[in-house]
Amino acid sequence: MKVMVIVKANKDTEAGIMPTTEELAAMGNYNEELVKAGIMLAGDGLHPSSKGKRVKFTKAEPKVTDGPFAETKELIAGFWMWRVKSMAEAVEWVKRCPMSDGVELEIRQVFEADDFGEAFTPELRAQEERLMSEAHKLAKS
Amino acid sequence: MSDTHRAIDAVWRIEQAKLIASLTRFTRDIGQAEELAQEALLTALEQWPKSGIPEKPGAWLMTAAKNRAIDKIRKAKLADSKHAEIGRSRDAEQEEALEALDAALDDTIGDDLLRLIFISCHPVLSTEARTALTLRLIGGLTTEEIARAFLQTETTIAQRIVRAKRTLAEKQVAYELPRGAELLARRDSVLMVLYLIFNEGYAATQGDDWMRPQLCEEALRLGRILAGLMPEESEVHGLVALMEIQASRLNARSGPDGEPILLLDQDRALWDQLLIRRGLAALARAEALDPELGRYGLQAAIVACHARAAKASDTDWGRIAALYDIMAAREASPVVELNRAVAHSMRSGPQAGLDLVDALVGEETLKNYHLLPSVRGDFLMKLGRHAEAEAEFRHAAALTQNARERSLLLRRADACRHS
Repeated sequence: MKVMVIVKANKDTEAGIMPTTEELAAMGNYNEELVKAGIMLAGDGLHPSSKGKRVKFTKAEPKVTDGPFAETKELIAGFWMWRVKSMAEAVEWVKRCPMSDGVELEIRQVFEADDFGEAFTPELRAQEERLMSEAHKLAKS
Repeated sequence: MSDTHRAIDAVWRIEQAKLIASLTRFTRDIGQAEELAQEALLTALEQWPKSGIPEKPGAWLMTAAKNRAIDKIRKAKLADSKHAEIGRSRDAEQEEALEALDAALDDTIGDDLLRLIFISCHPVLSTEARTALTLRLIGGLTTEEIARAFLQTETTIAQRIVRAKRTLAEKQVAYELPRGAELLARRDSVLMVLYLIFNEGYAATQGDDWMRPQLCEEALRLGRILAGLMPEESEVHGLVALMEIQASRLNARSGPDGEPILLLDQDRALWDQLLIRRGLAALARAEALDPELGRYGLQAAIVACHARAAKASDTDWGRIAALYDIMAAREASPVVELNRAVAHSMRSGPQAGLDLVDALVGEETLKNYHLLPSVRGDFLMKLGRHAEAEAEFRHAAALTQNARERSLLLRRADACRHS
């Protein structure tokens, strides 16, 4: 299964405080382990929300708000995409992550067509694929 | 299954290949190494539900396995004590082995794992044995999973693995990393095994099963591991690139009823862009290490041409034809020639393709290969030679093993009749 591992933001990441050399080295080693285990698909860190924007949809024009955003706990500071065999395997790998006290990581399974199981009938799938392809054409036009 | 058991299962998947690899350095026998690792797992299954999962589960398992190994040595020593002479030399040997095991605990595991991969793919073994052993020891798949993937009985696979281990022991296969020219040959055997596993999942020539996509994933994972262990090898990155890009199309290759969709008809919005990006990056690494590229690198360069094209009509057929020309010049193979014909037809029209394919018609190795008449039929149809095209499609339909492919070919034959 494909999972996204979300690194929650905290005061430091939001303040744009860069990790120490040791922390960077430890994270580098960890990332290397993930790569060598063949499970890492992608991963990146995010700039603080002060450099971000939010777009809220309303009945009228979408409303754009500049960062930073207040509720730090709901913000994210980075992510990985992994391909693992089970959620338990993802948990095992997350437990090995060199994170300092108080940091929280969240693991979420990424939807893939097969996850819909029986309920996702061939007809529904075809429709979904048509929608995807329409969306794709619209995006390009 | 309880949470602890699920966690143990996960730890096992992460650690088992490294455990067996390090233990093999000590036992010099993968059968014994696997036994020791499994005994350590049993100890964990007994203790962890009570004590909780240790902070460093990998090191814990290694220590448990090592203790089992020491027990065994003591017993062996006791039995040997009558033969003092032999005992002395064995002592020294075992001391060394224990030191090696200690070093393995601290040392980087990489070389051990690479050695284990090389042994699992050793040319003294049959291809089937290499595949089964690799999936079992490196991939950590159960015998049942391997059996399901290859549509074999569990007994067949279990016997295949036992025989493979026996062969390795009997032939006294060295537990060393090969060097020089041998390294190249052995590396190629590893790459072949991985690609074979991938294709077994990708091609699904005989029916379908839920294990088959997992084979693709497993081959990809093993390829990525190998790329981490042999970062200087262009061909390793080439194979990874090839597999990543092919896997990116897994969701687009069949329609809602499971019928195959040809590459050029696929909805490219369904291609997995993350895998494409990874594949192109791996190809760039392969090219940086060896601009000429090897056989997998060349194939990756070809599939990359498709991956880069946003629409089928954007495909750079000139480059694809040129890449097939290089491939055909390096190793003449009827299958490569057939692909080359298709590429040239796409660049210069169906007559160019037909000229190349007609040279293959008498080819003995292609006698039962359904793609030859299928491709030839396609060229003839485009040239308006419908009656000849229909005959070729029907011939191809009679040759293919895949039911869905057969119905596609028969539809094309019918279309020729009616036009």
